[in-house]
Amino acid sequence: MAKNKVKRHWYEYLWIWSIVYFALGFFNILFAWLGMIDFILPLIFAIVGGNKWFCNHMCGRGQLFWVLGRNMKCSRGKAAPAWLSSKWFRYGFLIFFLTMFGTMVFQTYLVFSGAGTLRKAIKLFWTFKVPWQWAYNGSLFPDWVAQFGFGFYSLMLTSTLIGLIVMVLYKERTWCTFCPMGTMTQGICKLKNNDK
Amino acid sequence: MVKKKASPDKDRCVACGVCALQCPRKAINIYRGCYAVVELEKCVGCGICSKACPANAITINEINQEVANG
Repeated sequence: MAKNKVKRHWYEYLWIWSIVYFALGFFNILFAWLGMIDFILPLIFAIVGGNKWFCNHMCGRGQLFWVLGRNMKCSRGKAAPAWLSSKWFRYGFLIFFLTMFGTMVFQTYLVFSGAGTLRKAIKLFWTFKVPWQWAYNGSLFPDWVAQFGFGFYSLMLTSTLIGLIVMVLYKERTWCTFCPMGTMTQGICKLKNNDK
Repeated sequence: MVKKKASPDKDRCVACGVCALQCPRKAINIYRGCYAVVELEKCVGCGICSKACPANAITINEINQEVANG
């Protein structure tokens, strides 16, 4: 019997990138800026292409949840409560997330304007402060660049932790149902489709 | 003849694409980033997509083939 050989693509291994990202930010917080790729690329796909090709094929985080949850059996695989993927929760979480993103940008602005000072710490779940001073010892960039790094890294780590929690409790990629980027890109695609 | 087919709920679908990745027959596509669409001719109703779907948006329904074919 001829064996069905599945063709593998490079972008199926982007879950490695998710791990590398957090490792890099552990040693130097400026690497946190690379996470902007995961913010901008899906939006470009959605706005220009009118698709969710990023979510569907390139999202390293979603792939990581699949690798850990399914391949390494770290997920119960149980159905998540329906409200977790309901429209009001998805859009509510998106608004909450964008508000927190805005707050983080404002804190960066405070450091930029001189009204605030650089705080070498990350904040988990928007509440718990964790010292992270080893990740920055000055650079040729002004302080606000590092402040954004700490803020953005906090956001990325917090959302990954939430994703891991729901991965363990429910299905592997439960995070995808209320991922702010996913909600935003699907919203854009739906708007684009109504135009035609 | 009654056959099992996957049927995704457009309103619940978050278009994450897990179903399309898991489908062993490549019968599922994400239509313009909005929702999953199943090609019924390819679907064998195995239910792998339904198990993978994080939004529980896919049910496996029994479809009467004669009626479906007209």
